[in-house]
Amino acid sequence: MAVAFDEMGAAEGAARAPYAELARWLDEVPPDVLDYRRREAELLFRRIGITFAVYGEADAQERLIPFDVLPRILSAAEWNLLREGLEQRVKAINLYIKDVYGGREILKAGVVPEDLVFQNPVFRPEMNGQKVPHDIYVHIGGIDIVRTGADTFYVLEDNTRTPSGVSYMLENREIMLRLFPELFSRHRVAPVENYPDELLATLKSVAPASANSDPTVVLLTPGIYNSAYYEHSFLADKLGIELVEGRDLFVMDELVHMRTTQGPKRVDVIYRRIDDDFLDPLAFRPDSMLGVAGLMSAYHAGNVTLANAVGTGIADDKAVYSYMPEIVKFYLGAEPILKNVPTWRCREADHLRHVLDHLEELVVKEVHGSGGYGMMIGPTSDKATLAAFRAKLKAHPRNFIAQPTLALSTCPTCVEEGVAPRHVDLRPFVLTGRDRVRIVPGGLTRVALKKGSLVVNSSQGGGTKDTWVLDQ
Amino acid sequence: MLSRTADNLFWLARYVERAECLARILEVTQRLTALPLAYVGTTNEWESAVATAGCAAAFANSYPEANEETVIDFLCFSQANPSSIRSCFETARTNARAVRTALTVEMWDAINGTWLELKRFGNGPSSREEFMRFLRWVQENSLRFDGSAYRTMLRNDAYWFSRLGVYLERADNTARILDVKYHLLLPANERVGGPLDYFQWAAILRSVSALTAYHWVYRESVKPWLIADLLILRDEMPRSLASCYSALVQNLDLIARAYGRQGTAQRKARAIRARIENTRMDEIFKEGLHEFIDEFVDNNNELGTAITEQYLM
Repeated sequence: MAVAFDEMGAAEGAARAPYAELARWLDEVPPDVLDYRRREAELLFRRIGITFAVYGEADAQERLIPFDVLPRILSAAEWNLLREGLEQRVKAINLYIKDVYGGREILKAGVVPEDLVFQNPVFRPEMNGQKVPHDIYVHIGGIDIVRTGADTFYVLEDNTRTPSGVSYMLENREIMLRLFPELFSRHRVAPVENYPDELLATLKSVAPASANSDPTVVLLTPGIYNSAYYEHSFLADKLGIELVEGRDLFVMDELVHMRTTQGPKRVDVIYRRIDDDFLDPLAFRPDSMLGVAGLMSAYHAGNVTLANAVGTGIADDKAVYSYMPEIVKFYLGAEPILKNVPTWRCREADHLRHVLDHLEELVVKEVHGSGGYGMMIGPTSDKATLAAFRAKLKAHPRNFIAQPTLALSTCPTCVEEGVAPRHVDLRPFVLTGRDRVRIVPGGLTRVALKKGSLVVNSSQGGGTKDTWVLDQ
Repeated sequence: MLSRTADNLFWLARYVERAECLARILEVTQRLTALPLAYVGTTNEWESAVATAGCAAAFANSYPEANEETVIDFLCFSQANPSSIRSCFETARTNARAVRTALTVEMWDAINGTWLELKRFGNGPSSREEFMRFLRWVQENSLRFDGSAYRTMLRNDAYWFSRLGVYLERADNTARILDVKYHLLLPANERVGGPLDYFQWAAILRSVSALTAYHWVYRESVKPWLIADLLILRDEMPRSLASCYSALVQNLDLIARAYGRQGTAQRKARAIRARIENTRMDEIFKEGLHEFIDEFVDNNNELGTAITEQYLM
């Protein structure tokens, strides 16, 4: 594996321009101050209660995601490139989903194989021919970006269902502003605190035509036992909207209402953080206690907007991902600004052969997996794991894709031994409304805290950093 | 606001208030057991503590006898008892998490901090001193939560529902503490008005932080009918039934005005307040203090049901 690109570039002597000031500051500040601030940050996080649940760990029911106090810094030029690329990508994704549930031009043209869509468990036949308000499916997208060189960014994953993490982006900034006012005053960092306003504007802009001029927006959560519950309540609070559970809503005459202390109140837009499967026991899983009976009938009648729309999983499947460059070209007639990581689709015989021959160099991912589960990193796996994946690949090649092991860029990070480089990725959040696309500068930087580790997922021991986009 | 949010706020306030009341009951109990044997005779204060807390049946199912160890475990730390101090704080915090958006930062800080600190006490105190510290800690935390709510919440329906929880629970608790006296069966050879009687009544006053208030209001030695008067009929006594019902009527009226509609809960609350206002102490004692309190506790529960049916579901 190649040597990772360090974003500060400390190894080669002078720091890269965006990090120049941080490098100077690091030279000045005594190590115990950093350590002290780090502990202070942890205390703050615990007090405000930002925790997350890890599935399968009864003991650690509420855990903190480790926070690293050193910011990850992008220059204005780097961000502009990312922003254009993100906007382009999400536009293409929306057109693609509309097409899949509509005219199916892309399938007819043979660009994306039909079985990849129709035999996909996240494909929702209920959405065929269904119009959604303003043709927007992915109102909130979280696009995972990795970097391998000064000018080389890749999209690693498109999260088009219910991407999470934005509360960390906002809280990380709050904590940093409290702990390091001096460091901020030495930079010009673009603000992110307007995200809730942008999100609310986006959600209101996509209200159904029958809603009144000030539509009622709610956030639908599975409840306090969901691993992202903190984020749900945080966002509802910042947006000033009700945080509802399925049992707070009911459908009457194809209209959605919530139960309030003053009787039923109509709901126009639902920012749902519940998977499709659980939305409506009458349409999907009949055993779901989380959803709202009849919600899909109101949706079909055009009386409520769901954000994101039902069936958007068809765009964030890892097998579909490999077609994304073609999808961008097909709908926009332009080259993708952001590249895909080269991907072998194990469903194709020659790709599978290549993957099996180079297994110890590759990262193998389950097509429907997420959160770092069901994934194998060749170079760090032992013989038994390799053999197990080899068997799985041969048995169900369609369930897997493989990618080269990327040397993810590194950033200076506070660890036991002091400040050391650790691998990072970036999840910017892309908001698509009727009027325009909104992206606040930056996003959530996740960092693999273990030395050499490439897995940044919080469920697997990753942490987060504040992401600074310099405003010049 | 969402009915579920109002329901959560209402119960959050009730659980915090209940935890405080349990701590007060246990403080009285601890004090009474500290009396010399000659004064105490064969009464079992620990048993009466369980009866006052209103969970005698559940207690009898889990423990062979009521003594210092079993009662402290059951009322403070038991996870099997949904009304133990620990369970109260845990449920309160779960409710708080579910309605974080309706809480102020200070309120969340208070209840979350309490919940985090609760772990420090483990499964029980190692000494009497530590136990007393625990009881103080419970009361301070309840005070902090209540104070944060009072000082930081917007005066809207969220605040009013949370107040309803406080006063409904407080009324119930004052009534129960007053009823302790009934459960503390005097030893057969002890005459009413004797020294044991005196210490028990004084302890009750202390448990509701009213000993000083008593002296201010009556300027007399401790007398049972005056204590009952103070805790039932005196509007200026903040934990009295009269005072709780003034507050309940007032908050229910604020809600009714904001929503433009009166209902069963408002009528019920006014009826209970009228019953208190139109009663004299000698009538209560003639009728039987225990009987009066029993009837009050039932009425209070009915108001709780009326509020739930009208707003919280």
